[in-house]
Amino acid sequence: MRRTSLVLTLVALLVISLAGTTMAAKKGGTLIFGRGGDSVGLDPANVTDGESFKVTRQIYDTLVQFKRENTEVIPGLAHSWDVSEDGKVWTFYLREGIKFHDGTPFNAEAVKFNFERWMYEDHPYHIGGDFAYWGYMFGGYPGIVDHVEAVDEYTFRVYLKEPLGPFLNNLAMPCFGIASPTAIKKYGEDFFKNPVGTSAFIFEEWVRDDKIVLRANHDYWGEGPYLDKLIFRSIPDNSARFIELQAGTIDIADGLNPDDVEFIKRDPNLKLYLRPSMNVGYLAMNQMKEPFDNVLVRRAINHAINKEAIVEAFYAGLAQPAKNPLPPSVWGYNDNIEPYEYNPAKAKELLKEAGYPNGFTADLWAMPVPRPYMPDGRKIAEAIQADLAVIGIKTNIVSFDWGTYLQKTEAGEHDMALLGWTGDNGDPDNFLYVLLDKDNAKVGSAGNIAFYKSDELHELLIKAQQSSDKEERTKLYMKAQEIIHQDAPWVPIAHSTPPIGAKAYIKDYIPHPTSAEKLNQVWLDK
Amino acid sequence: MGQYILKRLALVIPVLIGVTLFAFLLIHLIPGDPARIILGERATEAQLEQIRERLGLNDPLYIQYLNFLKRLAQGDLGRSAISNNPVTAELKKRYPATIELTLAAMLLAIIVGVPAGIISASKQYSLFDHISMVLALLGVSMPIFWLGLMLIWVGSLVLGIFPPSGRLGVEITLQSITNFHIIDSIITGNWVALKDALWHLVLPGLALGTIPMAIIARMTRSSMLEVLKQDYIRTARAKGVSQRLVIYKHALRNALIPVVTVVGLQFGLLLGGAVLTETIFSWPGVGRLIYDAIMARDFPVVQSTILVIATTFVFINLLVDITYAYLDPRIKYN
Repeated sequence: MRRTSLVLTLVALLVISLAGTTMAAKKGGTLIFGRGGDSVGLDPANVTDGESFKVTRQIYDTLVQFKRENTEVIPGLAHSWDVSEDGKVWTFYLREGIKFHDGTPFNAEAVKFNFERWMYEDHPYHIGGDFAYWGYMFGGYPGIVDHVEAVDEYTFRVYLKEPLGPFLNNLAMPCFGIASPTAIKKYGEDFFKNPVGTSAFIFEEWVRDDKIVLRANHDYWGEGPYLDKLIFRSIPDNSARFIELQAGTIDIADGLNPDDVEFIKRDPNLKLYLRPSMNVGYLAMNQMKEPFDNVLVRRAINHAINKEAIVEAFYAGLAQPAKNPLPPSVWGYNDNIEPYEYNPAKAKELLKEAGYPNGFTADLWAMPVPRPYMPDGRKIAEAIQADLAVIGIKTNIVSFDWGTYLQKTEAGEHDMALLGWTGDNGDPDNFLYVLLDKDNAKVGSAGNIAFYKSDELHELLIKAQQSSDKEERTKLYMKAQEIIHQDAPWVPIAHSTPPIGAKAYIKDYIPHPTSAEKLNQVWLDK
Repeated sequence: MGQYILKRLALVIPVLIGVTLFAFLLIHLIPGDPARIILGERATEAQLEQIRERLGLNDPLYIQYLNFLKRLAQGDLGRSAISNNPVTAELKKRYPATIELTLAAMLLAIIVGVPAGIISASKQYSLFDHISMVLALLGVSMPIFWLGLMLIWVGSLVLGIFPPSGRLGVEITLQSITNFHIIDSIITGNWVALKDALWHLVLPGLALGTIPMAIIARMTRSSMLEVLKQDYIRTARAKGVSQRLVIYKHALRNALIPVVTVVGLQFGLLLGGAVLTETIFSWPGVGRLIYDAIMARDFPVVQSTILVIATTFVFINLLVDITYAYLDPRIKYN
C-alpha cells in the first residue's frame, strides 16, 4: 500500500515536471515581425519574392503543406489524397466546413477556380501579373497539367499529361495558396492588396514600405492562432532593425548583421534562431572548356579549396560547408557522402596525374551582387584564387554587372564561375535536375552552368521525376548525389543559415527553410 | 512682376521636355538586360520574352519614348513592373510622407540656422561665432547614416523617449484623407495620432535637417557679413540707428537673398534625395520608392518618380526666383 502511494507520488511528480517543460500556450497579444523589405504583393500566385510569401503564408492555406521544420509534405486544406497507378491522376479529399475570410465556403469548386486562374492564360482572372511560379513549376500555361475537375463538393482532381514526381512539393509552395474566388472577382487587378484566404490570419491593413497588419481568424480550422494581431514591419537598415529589437518595438528581426549575433547570444532577453538552409552557393567548372573536362582536375580543385575558412570568414560562421548540391533540410539529402577534404598536397598529386604538374591558368568569375547563398562573391573569389595558387592554378578574377553575368554564364563563356540557388519547393528535383541535369545544359539558357552531361545521372533524375513514390524517389536521389560527388562538376561551397533574433518571450517559433513559416502556433509568454 | 512670372514659366517648358527625355534615357544607359535582372537566376527564355513584351522593350527606342509621352499626357504614370501597382496611386501616398519629413527638417534647419548665422555675423570672432561655426562644419560633414543610427540609439534605446522609426506607431489608426499625417489628424481631431506623428518626426527631422541647418548657418553668416560692410549700413550706423535695427531692418533683407536660394535648393534636394534618412528611419517616402525601384530595375517606377521629382525641383526653383523678385524689386527678367 505504502509502496503504491510512493509510486503514485513519483508518477504524479513526473507528470507535473513534464507539464512544466511543455508550457500551455497562452492566447493574446500582438507580434511585430521586423524585416528588411516590404512585400511586393499579397496575391501569392503573382509574386516570387520571399517577403511576399512571409505574409501570404499567414493568410492562405495550400492543399498540402510543409512540416514545420523541413520540406516534407503533410496534409493542408486536403486531409488526404491518392494517386493513380500511372502517376497522372491526383485526387484530393478536402476538409469540410472551412470558410474563406469573407465568409464564402471553401470547396472543390473554389479550388478548381484557383487552378484554372493560374493555368489558363485566357482565364478572365488570369490578371494582375505573370503567374511566374505556375509557369516555372509546371512548365508553362497550362503546362504539364491537362485539366482539373471538381468531382463533388469536397473532392478535387488534377489530371497530368505526364507523371510529375515533385507534384506534391509544388502544391505545398506558398504561391499555390487557395484564395477566395469571390474576392478575386470582386477586386480584379487590385486583388494583390485585398487578399482573402482561409488561414490563421485575416488581412487588415497595408501601408506600403511601412507595415502590414493581420488579425486572428478565430474560425481557423487548424491549431491556433494564439496571437490577436500579427504585424509585419519593413525596416530596411539592418542596424536600425536590430536597435528596434533591443528597444522592444519589434519582437522578431530577420536579416541581422553577423556582428549583432554576438550581442543576441549575450542578451538574456533575446534568443538567436538559425534558419535551416534551403540554398547552396557553388563554384561551377565549365566542362565545355579544357582542362575542366578532366575529372581529375575537378577533384583536385575540390581538394584545394578550404571551405571551412571561407564559411568562417565570409559567412561569419553562419553557414554549413557544403558537400552535396542539396541542402540538408531538403528530404533525400545524402549524409553518407564523404566530402573531399581540404588537402593541397593531394590536390597537387591529382593535378599531376591529370597531366598538369605545373598547373594552368584560368578565369574565375565572381558574382557582382550579394545573395543569401553568397554574401560577397568578390572576396570569396579572392580566397579561392589564393587556395588555387597554392597548387599552381593561376586565376584571373572576372566580373560583370548582374544581368550580363547571368547571361554569359548561361551561355557558357566562363571557365569557373561562382553562383548559387535558393530552392523553391523543397524537392530534390528542384536542385538536382534544375542545376545538374544534361537537359538544362543548353548553351544560352543553362541552369546547369557546369555543362555537366551525365547520362547515368539523367536516367536517375528522370525516373525520380516520373515516380510518385517518395521512398523510391529518395533512393534515386541518394544515388544521384553519389554520382555527382564522383564526377565533381562543382565545388559545393556552403549552405547559409541566416540568423534571426527574437525576444525571449516568443514561444514555439520555428523558422522554416523556405523562409515563410506559418505563425499560427506562435505565442507570447509575457 | 506678373510678366516676370510668365516669362519664367515659359522657360520651364523646354526644361520639362528635357527632363522627360532624360528620365526615359537614363534607364537605358544602365548596363544589363532589365528582364534578366528582374527574373534573376530562374529566368526562362519564355519568361524573359514575356517581361520584355510587357515593358515594351522590344519596340524601337523612339516608339517607346513616344508611348511614354502619350501616357504622361493622359496623366498615367504607368504600373510597377514588379508589383503591378499603379505608380500614381503610390506617389499620392509617398509624396506627402516625404514632404512632411522635408518640411520638418527645413523648419528645424531654418529656425536654428538663420538666427545662428545672424548672431555669428553680428558678433564676428566671438566665442559664440567660433562654436557655432565649428558645429556647422561638423554638421556639413556629418555622414547621415551614422548620425541617424546614433539618433535612434540615443533617442529611443538609451533615453527611451522617441520612437525609433516609421511615421506612426503600429497601434495607432488614422483615417487617410490627404496622406499628410499632421493634417489628417487635425482634420479628424485625432490628437493621439497628431502627437504620435509629431513625435515620429523628431529623429528623422533632426537627421535630415542637420546638413541644411549647417549650410544655412554658414550662408547666413557670410552673406550677412558682406552686407554689413556695405556703405548704406555704415550710413545707417552713422545716423545713429541702433545695432538691432541695422541688423534686422537694413541688413537682413538683403542678406537673405542668397539664403533663400540655398533654402530653395536644399528643399528641392531633400524632396528627392532623402534616400538615406528614409532608409534608416523606415520612412515610407519617395526616396525609398526610387531606391528600391532602381535596385529592382523597375523601369516605369524609376522613370515616373524621377520625372515627378525633377518637375517639383523645377517648380521650387521657379518659386525661389519669384521670391527674389519680391525681396529685391530690382531683379528683372532679361
